[in-house]
Formats: sequence, structure tokens, C-alpha cells
Amino acid sequence: MPAGSDRLRALYGQMLRIRRAEEKVLELLLQNRLSSTMCHVSIGQEAVAVGVCDALGPDDYVSSTHRGHGHYLARGGPVVGLIAELMGREAGACRGRGGSMHLVDIAHGHLGSNAIVGGHIPIATGAALWAAVSGQPRVSVVFFGDGASTEGIFHECVNFAAVQGLPIVFVLENNQFAMSLPWSRSTLEPSIAVKAAAYGIAGVDVDGQDVMAVRAAAGVAVERARRGDGPTLLGAATYRFLGHSRADPSAYRDKLEEERWKQRDPIVLARRALAEAGVADEADLEAMETAIALELDAAVAEAEASPPATIEEAMTGMYATPIGGMR
Amino acid sequence: MSETPTRAGGAVALAIRSITYRDSIREALVEEMEDDPRVIILGEDVGRYGGAYAVSKGLLEQFGDRRVIDTTMAEAMIVGAALGAAAVGARPVAEIMYMDFITLVMDQLVNQAAKLHVMFGGQLSAPMVVRVQQGIGRGAGPQHSQSLEAWFAHVPGLKTVAPSTPADAKGLLKAAIRDDDPVLFIEHKQLYSRKGDAVGRDHVVPIGSADVKRPGRDVTVVTWSNMVYTALAAAERLATDGTDVEVIDMRTLAPLDMETVLTSCRRTGRVLVLHEACRTGGLGAEIAAQVGEELHGALRAPVRRLAAPDVALPANSALERALIPDEDATVEAVRSLLRS
Repeated sequence: MPAGSDRLRALYGQMLRIRRAEEKVLELLLQNRLSSTMCHVSIGQEAVAVGVCDALGPDDYVSSTHRGHGHYLARGGPVVGLIAELMGREAGACRGRGGSMHLVDIAHGHLGSNAIVGGHIPIATGAALWAAVSGQPRVSVVFFGDGASTEGIFHECVNFAAVQGLPIVFVLENNQFAMSLPWSRSTLEPSIAVKAAAYGIAGVDVDGQDVMAVRAAAGVAVERARRGDGPTLLGAATYRFLGHSRADPSAYRDKLEEERWKQRDPIVLARRALAEAGVADEADLEAMETAIALELDAAVAEAEASPPATIEEAMTGMYATPIGGMR
Repeated sequence: MSETPTRAGGAVALAIRSITYRDSIREALVEEMEDDPRVIILGEDVGRYGGAYAVSKGLLEQFGDRRVIDTTMAEAMIVGAALGAAAVGARPVAEIMYMDFITLVMDQLVNQAAKLHVMFGGQLSAPMVVRVQQGIGRGAGPQHSQSLEAWFAHVPGLKTVAPSTPADAKGLLKAAIRDDDPVLFIEHKQLYSRKGDAVGRDHVVPIGSADVKRPGRDVTVVTWSNMVYTALAAAERLATDGTDVEVIDMRTLAPLDMETVLTSCRRTGRVLVLHEACRTGGLGAEIAAQVGEELHGALRAPVRRLAAPDVALPANSALERALIPDEDATVEAVRSLLRS
């Protein structure tokens, strides 16, 4: 495990890779090269995905949201799986069936991202339940947004996990807006730690733009879960730099607020810290950019070379064991 | 069949063990839990209480609280957690106490469990069972008596069964637990104390197979769950005036075993679909439509449906009985088919 500034360098590289991958996705979208126009990017929120996933072991589970490209890549999902999925190709993570909102990578313990706000929280809870029941030292981490935290299912799951002492970390990735509704209109109690206290579990509020702070808080939470000391509710304050989707110009947001958050771009902050620590010079960082650009170009080429998902395929695969006329 | 030797009149005879529907379901749970450590049970009051209808009585004592999990009151979480556990290696059996409560679980069943396998390109599957009971019988009122099976048969990705006999219940529950897809297992509150032939450990009823509960030449009655007994009683009465009714117990509602239905209807030319659920949009509409599409020219009478009216069920045992088709109504419906 890299310590200190070496870790920061690695995490910076991962954040940069996610940023560039999502910029590539938006470019492909504008060029009409994706199979769907439904696409939510996490630009501005990369530190949460990267900081949390870095704290996990290879056997741990991650469950994610409709804004889940970053979680998928941070967990080790292959970039061609992302690009090809969005292009509707067989080489996609879900063979072109799921699209932007349903990335999955079971080889890396990624149990899927979900298009129903909060709908995946019980699935992550169940993965933690089975880990506990079967005595496997696995931790289940679930990313969800501020919007999901006002859904009833959030309460059902946090409370049950608390009562059962399950090995799970609830990561409330608070990008300040449930689509257009600001956090101040979603809740009268902005602190996630205070909410956690009401469930009788550990809770922490962390600066979601500071990847090392997220990493540290996630490390504590994951180890708590692995020790058998129960769940943590981890609130990471972050910001979605772009609109909810391509169709959203964010007219409901204060432009000064947007500017203030953009001053706290997690990638810029990490880059500044790297320079201050003297562990990466301009040439290093440039080499990182180049390597990522090459990887993305290769992924796009590989995705485009993969056959498109077909209507015949869309007519099958509903069941693991089809019976009768089932497909 | 499980047969136990007994002594009768000095000779050894074979007597078939009798068992209730409730105990037969419990046998399936116990045997599958004994045979497969991946099988766990979770739900409200399934452990210490033994299940609201006493189906899981004794399981907590036998298997412990890691495998028989008393959950909080949180229906969507129960089914979602079963799904998550299933996705990573368990074979959970979740219990939702009343079909009416399943409305709280629709996202987890319809958007999550039914879609998991296909949506993730086959990377994940959901070998889980959701046990639920429905129907009238206790005057339990509009929020504890509904029959909502048609909703789930309408959702691709789910398998749905509704057995009527202790043997079918055990065999289908075993099949459901061993199946790699999510299965909704629908019990009926009036069936729990009904007795029937007991079956052994190896008795598995394949999902997707209907069963002819009574062979007959003149009219086919297609039904399931508790209405099977209404149909059989009506058939016995009709037999006394020479009408020979075939009763098909669908047992599985998704996928429908239409081959068995069509084979029978082709022969009889007269079809009644009978169910406890409301008429409009009930599963009878689908079965009637398929029979009509396939056998239009071969039928001797238009397909008939006999079902509950489109009203809420009152908390009144006499009124709920009056609203659900009974033996008299079934006899009359069959006779009207013979007249046309």
C-alpha cells in the first residue's frame, strides 16, 4: 500500500482517469455515437468514488447509483466495459443491455449501479447480510445520493443494518442537489453524523472534495465493519459540476455557488497537494495525461470494433433458467 | 409418495401419510435448509413468533438466528436484502406476511429482482423466493384479503406459483428454492389447515407445469390455489347429472402451462376460467385470450370467466364469501357453457 504522497499520486491518477473518461463519454454523446441519450456524469465528485474504493479489499462489495461511472472505474471496472456499454456493444459491462445507469463488474465485487433512486440500498444490505451469515470477512459499500437519503428505503436499510450490526458502509455522496432540490430543502438536519446517531451507529461528515480525507474516513468505516463493529453512515459533501443530465442547464443553481465549488475541484486540489509535496513534476503529470488519453482512445476503438447488441439478444436473457416460453 | 408401513388386520398395508398444507411447506423449508447451507429465511416474525400463519414454527430453534432472521418491519428492505444476498451466493426465502403488503415491495420485485439478471448482462442472478399468502377466509378486510397474482405474471423476469395441495406446495417450494430466478410463491390463508397426501424428500414439482386434478370429457375448468377445491366440488355435483368436468390446477402462473390447457380445451371445446382475484385484468383474461386465439374455430362455446367482482373485500366473513365465486356459481357457469 502506498503511503502518504505516493498514495495521493495514485488517487490523483484515478480521479484524472475518471474525469477524462467522462469527458470522453460526453464527447461521444455529442457525436451521437452512444446508443442512448440517458447519461449522468459525476464530474466534480471523483474524490468520493476514488477515496472510498481505495479503502476496500478485493473481496469487498460496491453498489452504486445512476451516476455511477466513477464508482465502476474506481472499483477496477475496465474502461472498455464502460465505453462499449454506453455504445450498446457486446463488449459492454452488461453486453449493451444496461447502459450508463447499470454498470456492473462482478469480478471486482461491483454489484451493479441502479436507476431507481435508493433501489440498490437493500441489495447492498443483503450482500452484507450474507457476508455476516456465511462468515466471510467482506464489507459491503453502498454509494447513494442526497436524494436517496430522503427515500423510505434508506431508513429501512440503515435501521436494519444497525440492528443486525452488518458489515456495511453507507456512503451518502451529497452533491447538494436531488436533481433540482437543494439539500437545505431536503432536510433540516444537514449533518450525516447526526442522522447516524439517531440510528445508534457511527457517522462522519467528510469533505468530499479532499480525496485523502475521504480515504481516511472510509478506511476507518471499512475497518469498523470488518471487525464486526457494525455499519457507518459516511456523508461526503461534494458537488456535481454539470447538470443532472445533458438536458439540464442547472438554472436552479446559484452561479456564484457553482463557481465557489469549482474552486474546490478535487483534481485541482490533489494536483496542488502533489506539487506541494514535491512528488510529481509537470512531466510526470503530463505523462499521466498521455497514458490516460491513449487508454481511452484504445477503449473507444475496441468498443467500436465490438458487435452491437442485437434484437435477437434483446429477446433473450431474461432468466438464468428459462422455463416454457420464457426467454 | 411417502408411504409408511402399518399393520392392519394382521397384514402389512401401505398407508399414505396425511399432512396439512402448512406443515408440508414447513417440511420443504426444513429439508432444503438441511440440505443446503445457502438457504436462509428472513421476514417479519418468522423466527420467535414462528410466522404469522405458523409456517416457520420451530425453524429458529432448529437452525438458529443467523439462518432464520427476524427482520424489522420493512417489507421493501426484506425483499431487497434477499435479492442482495441471492446475488452474492445465498438462496434466501423471504416472507411477506400478506399479499397486500407486497405493494410496499414493488420496486424490489419489479425493477430490481425481475431485472437483475438481464440488466447486468447475465453477470448476476437472483435465486430467491418470496413467500406470501393471499385470499379471503378471515374477514380480514380490504387490505388483508386481496389476490394480486396477475400483476406479477405481467412482469417478465419473475416466476410465480400458487399451489393448492400440500404435495404441490412442498414440491413447488423445493423447485422454487433450487431455481436460479426470483420466484413469487403464493400461498392461501384458507389452505393452511387443509390436509392432503404427504410426500417425501425427493418430491419436486417442476415450475411451469399445470396438473389435471380431475379428468373429464365435457368442460374444462382452469383454476388455481384455493379455487381448485371449489372447482372440484362443483365437478362432483355436476357429475351426478352426467356432466364430466375436467379441472386443471395451473399451479404455476408464470410461465403458464398453456399446452396442458389447450390440449384439454381442444378435447372438451368448453372452457371456464375460475379465480378468486377481481375479474378485470385478472389472469383469467390472459388465459381466456390465449385459448380464444389458439382454438377459436374448435370451441363449442365462448370462453367464460368466473371471478370476483371489481370491488374491495369488506371486513366481513359472510360478505367476502358472497363476493367470491362459490360452488353454486361454478356449477351454474358450467351449465351455461353447456347451454351455449
